[in-house]
Amino acid sequence: MSTAPEGRAAGSAPVVSVKGVNKHYGPLHVLKDINLAVGKGEVVVVLGPSGSGKSTMCRTINRLETVDEGEIRVDGELLPQEGKALATLRAEVGMVFQSFNLFANKSILENVTLGPIKVRGLKKAEADALALELLAKVGVANQKDKLPSQLSGGQQQRVAIARALAMRPKVMLFDEPTSALDPEMINEVLDTMISLAREGMTMIVVTHEMGFARKAADRIIFMADGQIVEESTPEEFFTNPQSARAKDFLSKLITH
Amino acid sequence: MDTLLDNLDVFTKGFGTTLVLFAWSAVFALILGTVVAAMRVAPVPIMRAVGTVYVNTVRNTPLTLVMMFFALGYPQLGLPKLDYVPLAIIALTLYTATYVAETLRSGINTVPLGQAEAARAIGLTFGQSLGQIILPQAIRAVVPPMFNVLIALLKNTTIAAGFSVMEAGAIRAFLSERGEPALVVLLWVAAVFVVLVMVLSLLQRYFEKKWRVA
Ligand SMILES: Nc1ncnc2c1ncn2[C@@H]1O[C@H](COP(=O)(O)OP(=O)(O)OP(=O)(O)O)[C@@H](O)[C@H]1O
Ligand SMILES: [Mg+2]
Repeated sequence: MSTAPEGRAAGSAPVVSVKGVNKHYGPLHVLKDINLAVGKGEVVVVLGPSGSGKSTMCRTINRLETVDEGEIRVDGELLPQEGKALATLRAEVGMVFQSFNLFANKSILENVTLGPIKVRGLKKAEADALALELLAKVGVANQKDKLPSQLSGGQQQRVAIARALAMRPKVMLFDEPTSALDPEMINEVLDTMISLAREGMTMIVVTHEMGFARKAADRIIFMADGQIVEESTPEEFFTNPQSARAKDFLSKLITH
Repeated sequence: MDTLLDNLDVFTKGFGTTLVLFAWSAVFALILGTVVAAMRVAPVPIMRAVGTVYVNTVRNTPLTLVMMFFALGYPQLGLPKLDYVPLAIIALTLYTATYVAETLRSGINTVPLGQAEAARAIGLTFGQSLGQIILPQAIRAVVPPMFNVLIALLKNTTIAAGFSVMEAGAIRAFLSERGEPALVVLLWVAAVFVVLVMVLSLLQRYFEKKWRVA
């Protein structure tokens, strides 16, 4: 089904493939027959009103949420059941949360080296070198010995991005990475994400930052009431939305 | 003072045994309690069930009964013979571990869910997230209640006196035979317990200070 933009997903197998996924929370049908394929290097931005199921969809991709029906593949592999195999597969999927979730009992450096050491089996020296390189890349190398609580929100989120990148993931999931940030810190995180996108990282980004969507997205997914209602290029989506829900959503943004 | 000094041998032997019971039971109960707490938050339903049944049965049984089972019941099971001291340690461990487990679990519940999610998201297994991220934070949150559990354990060791273990709780019976006034002996025993609890409290304060920063 994927209407991936030319030249991106075409040809090679998708990095993430979601087929016929349904999920309920009790009587609430949160995900309704979701189909999505994300090609290598593609940046997909997920938009939609609050409660439309964006976070839930994002979290099913590394099985932080289970699904009732349908199949999810990462790099061609079906998500396994809970256990060692799932842990291994999760390492291939980087995730950045709205509330950063840095490990409160670990230093900044340890936050980034933990995965490489425990999951990838890197030696401490190798992991340190990798972590320092990534922390430098996101601009917080000088904070390496501090605890997460001693950093600003923007710095914490950049560390969280470095922590995810340290696993050399095949795809990065972002669930409203800037929604918990003070306005003056939003750009430092978005800039980091834009440079990641430019380097060819495959990304699925749930966000309310329309500037980012316009600038970095290859494709916009618009969700409402648990369904993917619209799927198009940013250009199309912002200038010529098809569905009533999308038009309504966009008109509310402008009046803000 | 004479009561104490004249019978230092009995006091030393009694409290020596008390400390042996306490130290081993504390170590084993902390280990077993941690395992049980882990079981109670494990993703595997059977492990959670076993942990819950264990905590609920043992914690709701009076310690005297647990002790009786090991002192009187165990020897009849035809298993390798054990002295009363190791049997008392086993009983105290099994009993105290339920409290350690529940205390730790309450600490685990104070750790934000996002910590475990982030740990799982980078590919840590359940055991790794627990050991690296969740428990270290949970323990910091439960230092005072955990020391309450240890203080209760220290005092609970005296129940072993009822089962032929010569610990501090048995000092009075011993010294009554030597003709010492029971009240004075009991006051001295109580005084030594107060000192021991104070040592534990100092240790508690040390850990609270050490782990306050995070
Ligand atoms: N654990 C849960 N139990 C029950 N209902 C839930 C749970 N998590 C989410 N929901 C419900 O599922 C729906 C979709 O939630 P979700 O968080 O995916 O929305 P969202 O699109 O990310 O919204 P937002 O923009 O506010 O983050 C909401 O109605 C929410 O209340
Ligand atoms: Mg959300």
